[in-house]
Amino acid sequence: MSLAYYVKSFTLWEFVKAHWLTLKYFFKPKATINYPYEKNPISPRFRGEHALRRYPNGEERCIACKLCEAICPAQAITIEAQPRDDGSRRTTRYDIDMTKCIYCGFCQEACPVDAVVEGPNFEFATETREELIYDKGKLLANGDKWERAIAANLAADAPYR
Amino acid sequence: MTAFFQNLLGIGWGWFVANLILILLIALPLMLAVAMIIYADRKIWAAMALRRGPNVVGPFGLLQSFADGLKVFLQETIIPSASNKALFLIAPIITFTVALLAWAVIPFEQGMVLANINVGLLYILAISSLGVYGVILAGWASNSKYPFYSAIRASAQMISYEVSIGFVLICVVLWAGSFNLTDIVNSQKGYYGLLNGHGFNPLLFPMAIVFLISAMAETARAPFDLTEAESELVAGYQTEYSSMAFALYWLGEYANVILMCALNALLFWGGWLPPLDLGFLYLPYGLNIIWLLAKIMFFFFVFSWVKATVPRYRYDQLMRLGWKIFLPLSLFFVFLVSGFLMLTRYGGIQ
Repeated sequence: MSLAYYVKSFTLWEFVKAHWLTLKYFFKPKATINYPYEKNPISPRFRGEHALRRYPNGEERCIACKLCEAICPAQAITIEAQPRDDGSRRTTRYDIDMTKCIYCGFCQEACPVDAVVEGPNFEFATETREELIYDKGKLLANGDKWERAIAANLAADAPYR
Repeated sequence: MTAFFQNLLGIGWGWFVANLILILLIALPLMLAVAMIIYADRKIWAAMALRRGPNVVGPFGLLQSFADGLKVFLQETIIPSASNKALFLIAPIITFTVALLAWAVIPFEQGMVLANINVGLLYILAISSLGVYGVILAGWASNSKYPFYSAIRASAQMISYEVSIGFVLICVVLWAGSFNLTDIVNSQKGYYGLLNGHGFNPLLFPMAIVFLISAMAETARAPFDLTEAESELVAGYQTEYSSMAFALYWLGEYANVILMCALNALLFWGGWLPPLDLGFLYLPYGLNIIWLLAKIMFFFFVFSWVKATVPRYRYDQLMRLGWKIFLPLSLFFVFLVSGFLMLTRYGGIQ
């Protein structure tokens, strides 16, 4: 142990240096964004809350092929289907358990008609667990609400698919 | 004021009402200060980690502590079924009460003190030793492993650092020639005809640093917050507490921190005296409290600064620092200071 060691330890030299560093950081600009008021840009491929889309004439896209249900690795999707009065095959039940979903995006990859998509919304926290079990009505409403953003994202991503 | 109420209500009741008002005048602003200082702590800590800290509740998040307080107040107090219920509930009350009690002898200005007793410093030492009971009882009454470990750690830590704090205070008391805090502050006037504060005395400056560090250990602030080391002990002795019982610990802890900041300011850095002994810096009577408050805030910034900078000590390092460095160092300085005073002030060796 040299003299310098004792001088350094009794003058708390390492501590002084560390505190000088943190004081400099104290006056630096913040690294975090002001979240609820500021948001980071997200990719068009962002996989957020699910939505069921409609055609421009209002007809729902989903044809109840159940590919999404089959591919879903978390088995979060439940579909029941029946022919509608006009003979077209439609879902009578389309549930997604958002607490099971792992947001892998396989459902939207599997969908042949771009009906089920994961939209850009990631702020859908709820107060109860039950509210996170989405039914067809909720998913279609999501589709109506986010259609413009979803369509823009799909268009932006189309050249790479 | 006492005379006014005694004229109004008679000797006994007048004294009682006057003192009650004085106590409220100290305790209520103190509670407000605790709320704001918790906010300040979070903000400073956040800024040093390049974060923003609370910024949503109220302007700049200023009301965050009140929102937290309200939330905690509305929660249910959960008492573990295996706990000793009476002790479990008394423990936070002890911590909180003791944290407030010490403020009775803190002078805010010349003559602005609730109890101007001549052994004020001894009173503070006695009261801060009592604070450990709140922690031990909490750990014991919770009937849970981690709080118990934490309580044992806390008691060992507080006792260890009280020893060196005691010797540091002896140095100051020797120099000031009094245990009364007002006298101690007044004795700090005019170092070299320019500076106010024992901290500018080369013999006492190392003691000021030792006291600052010991104060952090005594209040179990980072880097000495082994009592609530979350990586090992969940939340230490507070683990089983919820609702207002938890909030009382929180308030008591921060009231203690402010007390230690105030003691730093009073004992070493001139209390309500301006840092420089220049006539125009002395404000009209009653306003000099601003100097004291500014010094308290500065020391609180230092406390937060250290918390944001230094990682937590290991338990053996903590004990080593307390017993093998601070204790010999402060003892040595007691010897130095008393020897110096013997030679200079009290006429040398007969």
